[in-house]
Amino acid sequence: MGLASIWRYILAGLGLAALLVGIVTAVYLTLPQPAPGPDLSRSKKTANGLFVASFEPERGVVRQGELQSWLLTLKTAAGAPVEGAAITVSGGMPQHDHGLPTSPQATDYLGQGRYRIDGVKFTMSGWWQLRFAVSAAAGSDSVVFNIVL
Amino acid sequence: MRWLISVASLLALAALASVGGCGEPQFSDAEKKTIASLALNTLPSLKPDTTNQYADLPAAAALGSTLFFDGGMSRDGTVSCSTCHKIDRQFQDDLPQAVGVGHTNRRTMPLAGVARNPWFFWDGRRDSLWAQALTPLENPLEQAGNRAAFAHYIKKRFGERYERIFGLLPDLSAVPANASPLGSDAEKAAWNAMPTGQQEDVNRVFANIGKAIAAFERSIEPEQTRFDRFAIDLATGAAPQGDAAFSPEEVFGLKLFIGKANCVTCHNGPRFTDNSFHNTAVPPIDGLPPDRGRVDAVAQVEADPFNCLGKFRDGDESACRELRFMVKDGPQMMRAYKTPSLRGAASRPPYMHAGQFATLEEVVAHYSKAPPSMEGVSEVHSLDLSERERAALVAFLKTLSD
Repeated sequence: MGLASIWRYILAGLGLAALLVGIVTAVYLTLPQPAPGPDLSRSKKTANGLFVASFEPERGVVRQGELQSWLLTLKTAAGAPVEGAAITVSGGMPQHDHGLPTSPQATDYLGQGRYRIDGVKFTMSGWWQLRFAVSAAAGSDSVVFNIVL
Repeated sequence: MRWLISVASLLALAALASVGGCGEPQFSDAEKKTIASLALNTLPSLKPDTTNQYADLPAAAALGSTLFFDGGMSRDGTVSCSTCHKIDRQFQDDLPQAVGVGHTNRRTMPLAGVARNPWFFWDGRRDSLWAQALTPLENPLEQAGNRAAFAHYIKKRFGERYERIFGLLPDLSAVPANASPLGSDAEKAAWNAMPTGQQEDVNRVFANIGKAIAAFERSIEPEQTRFDRFAIDLATGAAPQGDAAFSPEEVFGLKLFIGKANCVTCHNGPRFTDNSFHNTAVPPIDGLPPDRGRVDAVAQVEADPFNCLGKFRDGDESACRELRFMVKDGPQMMRAYKTPSLRGAASRPPYMHAGQFATLEEVVAHYSKAPPSMEGVSEVHSLDLSERERAALVAFLKTLSD
């Protein structure tokens, strides 16, 4: 067996590999590209920048179909906890054109700007929105959190 | 060296085939995850019902079972819970609308897994299994009794059994034979003439009847189906054996169910229900009284003296979060009805809250077409499923009954 024939095999192998890469690329490019999803951050400025709001499930995990409590933490833009805020909750599923299956409420103030939002339930997978209208000494503002299950 | 070329060519061909789709796996990882979430083995164990301290007491379940099948628990002595909730028919009656003492306007619901519901009846007008069990007892079209008569009946027939579970029966000697705040004019008048303490005594016995029946009903749970065996094999990677193997049509139906047809949006979790209420444009039936679904049930559950916030609840108020955080208004409640479980559905036509559809084919055709709602707004969007797709969905639904 000469050197030339080994080169033949290497060349054939390279050719096949190149063909494979080409096909994989073609398949990948023709796949539907995922649309950019909604902003999923759990901490953000309120619409007019009055507060910084964070929203987390109280027990760390989101479970579909269960009534859960979440924590809404409100700070001023300067970082001071917001106390005595009046909070109303609304929301729904933008793609299904319906509201929330429950009426979550701010039930307790836990100190350090943390409010317990109880009665949150996500009954189906998909894109949910929770909107908080907040009134406090600094003024009124609102914030929307997106949750995708 | 020739064999090396052959091996390389074979490898290349295999790679091409897998990229080209011939060896494509049956389900994507996302689909597998959804299928696993529907399998019965993900159903958590039944939580205690702290509002009913007798819920898991065998003696209470035994008395509840006796009452469930007892025709004496009705005005004319012939109708029991089991008249409509037939034990050999998934605890339903195969009729478009239930028939008790009279003809009702709603389809009897099957009972498998009923203790897991947050809301009861098609419209959720009761918030606990024991409060639910009381309602047909006094409905003039169902058992048509009244709570004073039930209290007397319990004392006469089951006094000893009752007292072993719930403690001493109250003195009923001065309680009228027939009286109820919900009964006929004469029964209402008799009720209103009773002193408050006496009314409360009767209400307490009545509530305990519901708690005993609920204790029995907690034992009625969904059973494993072909779908569950298929799902377990899919999750573990085992090749489905015997009837756990799905036909290509059943696989296609399952893919549609969790994909294009969007069924799983509401029929989710191991019970195939989101326990919520939706307007899906199911048409009203001529000749039946007006029925607006969830929108009218909210006031009824709030006014129910046996609801979670009422004085007959055991345990503390922390069990009442469903009622406390209930949605009370909004356009989405008009003609919204509970998402029923699909387990066993294929073998219990007719379908929907008043038996509007005679077959699963009609149900699937309705969702495919998605007509507008008579009143309120339907949440369903047209799917335009082909005949083959509709048939595949029905084939899949049957795997939840085998």
